[in-house]
Amino acid sequence: MSDYVLRLDDVHTDIGDYQVLHGISFNVPQGGVHVLLGRNGAGKTTTLRTIMGLWRARSGAVVFKHHDITAMHTSDIARLGIAYVPENMGIFGGLTVQENMRLATATGGFDDGRLGHIFELFPAMEKFWDKPAWSLSGGQKQMLAISRAIIEKRELILIDEPTKGLAPSIIRAMIAAFEEISRDTTILLVEQNFLFASSLGRNVCVIDDGRIAHSGRMEELVADKDLQTRLLSLSLDAHQ
Amino acid sequence: MSKPAHIAAMFDRIGGVNALPVVLMIIALPLIGSFSSWVTLTVAGLAMGMMIFLMASGLSLVFGLMDVLNFGHSAFISFGAFIAASVLAWLAAWVGADSLTLNFLALFAALGAATLFGLAAGWFFERVIIKPVYSDHLRQILITIGALIVSEQIILAVWGGSPIPVPRPALLEGSFVIGDVAIEVYRVFAFFLGLAVFIALTLVLNRTRIGLLIRAGVEDREMVEALGFRIDRLFIAVFMTGSALAAMGGAMWAGYQGLISGALGGEMMILVFIVVIIGGLGSIEGSLLGALLVGLLGNYVAFIFPKLALASNMILMMAILLWRPWGLRPAVGK
Ligand SMILES: Nc1ncnc2c1ncn2[C@@H]1O[C@H](COP(=O)(O)OP(=O)(O)OP(=O)(O)O)[C@@H](O)[C@H]1O
Ligand SMILES: [Mg+2]
Repeated sequence: MSDYVLRLDDVHTDIGDYQVLHGISFNVPQGGVHVLLGRNGAGKTTTLRTIMGLWRARSGAVVFKHHDITAMHTSDIARLGIAYVPENMGIFGGLTVQENMRLATATGGFDDGRLGHIFELFPAMEKFWDKPAWSLSGGQKQMLAISRAIIEKRELILIDEPTKGLAPSIIRAMIAAFEEISRDTTILLVEQNFLFASSLGRNVCVIDDGRIAHSGRMEELVADKDLQTRLLSLSLDAHQ
Repeated sequence: MSKPAHIAAMFDRIGGVNALPVVLMIIALPLIGSFSSWVTLTVAGLAMGMMIFLMASGLSLVFGLMDVLNFGHSAFISFGAFIAASVLAWLAAWVGADSLTLNFLALFAALGAATLFGLAAGWFFERVIIKPVYSDHLRQILITIGALIVSEQIILAVWGGSPIPVPRPALLEGSFVIGDVAIEVYRVFAFFLGLAVFIALTLVLNRTRIGLLIRAGVEDREMVEALGFRIDRLFIAVFMTGSALAAMGGAMWAGYQGLISGALGGEMMILVFIVVIIGGLGSIEGSLLGALLVGLLGNYVAFIFPKLALASNMILMMAILLWRPWGLRPAVGK
């Protein structure tokens, strides 16, 4: 099992009285970008939140490397080396860009090499370094959220819909950044934008109604038009 | 530029909401008429504001950080007042002594005892009463009001039902006289103590890692946990600090009043809630601003329109909320 960074085994999660996840199982191997697709309300965010310990699985197991993290406290899960970029980005608006990033470091100090690298990926971070984060644009906030996730070495980054509401040019910059980041960090990406997802993803799982509807390699899904229409029309219908 | 926009721009240029206490002082001067009365009332208002700030700052952070509504907060104020009164009565020889050192030791002992009690009681209160009802407002209200009633009964049992006098250390008695203006020493001391606490809190919040965590937690505690920090441990530290400051504020208030009764906590709590709401929940600067406004307005109105004294702070709160529904200085940049 040690070749998987993350393993979900028949995870059931309830939110209040609603059963949202009805047995999610998948494996995330080391390295690269792995994508969760699915229509609105399918349970993608709930899956990420369950991994992070922000919702509790009623049954099943979440295993990160050799640790069973199913019942662990969120902060302990984070300290094992998992970073989370939530759908709303989780930016602290009253804090500066610098302070937002500083909070994501273990000691409060920056590694100059990594920081310089982030400034190359996202020059806006250097430009707005001492500005309050609420003054950033939506795209810049997303870049800050991602910068915060990579300011120190992590094993795994969970990212929820980073392209939501972003202009195509920024999405292209994001693709380049993710390719770069995924060289030494595994990324589990929730995404609705199939173009974005398919240009990055190695593996893909499609979640529908709290269950895995399909899982396999991304190139298979890209090549198999029938499968694509069947799975993606699901999401198109949901958007109508 | 239209006229309202012009006024708004001018308001921002003179300091925005931070200038409100000064604006209030300037408006009050012609209404009061006499300069020496105005100085006396202003000093009293600033001193009262700072004491209310001590009581309010913790409550504001506690609500900002955990959404916890602690109606029992006034118990810390009352206990602080009564403990300080007892310590001062017990050290009566030092309180009345002709030695500045002994005076100071008595004062330090009284404030210290109240503050230490606040720390310990805050720890107990958070662990036993608040922790089981995180994120359940209705039960928080019920259980903290319950705890408040129990605390009031304990005060009644220990200190009795009749008002008790609070001896004031000789060093804080009397006034500075400048021309025809007399300024009470105690008020000046209260003002500077509050200012020192404000500066200390601001430094901790803005210059330390724990302060950074608190400011972040006020905005989004889930994200703070997802970054690897235990918000509950942070919260208990904040809760204990807030309780200790409330007790310190209560102790100072006791000395200011000279005579205290069990009703003190509840009376102050109304002002504390007003301050926290108009200042903006979770913001220390907001609490200070709100407390100074409430202190000044209370003193001015009691002099100019005595019959309106009680209503004035409620009117202030409503006016500010109509103007800025999130308070003057909300913690999150909106
Ligand atoms: N806090 C909540 N309380 C109650 N139900 C919730 C809550 N959060 C999510 N749900 C429900 O759980 C289901 C899955 O939601 P989830 O947010 O995981 O979907 P998603 O796949 O991320 O969708 P989207 O693409 O719209 O972000 C939905 O039916 C939603 O209504
Ligand atoms: Mg979602």
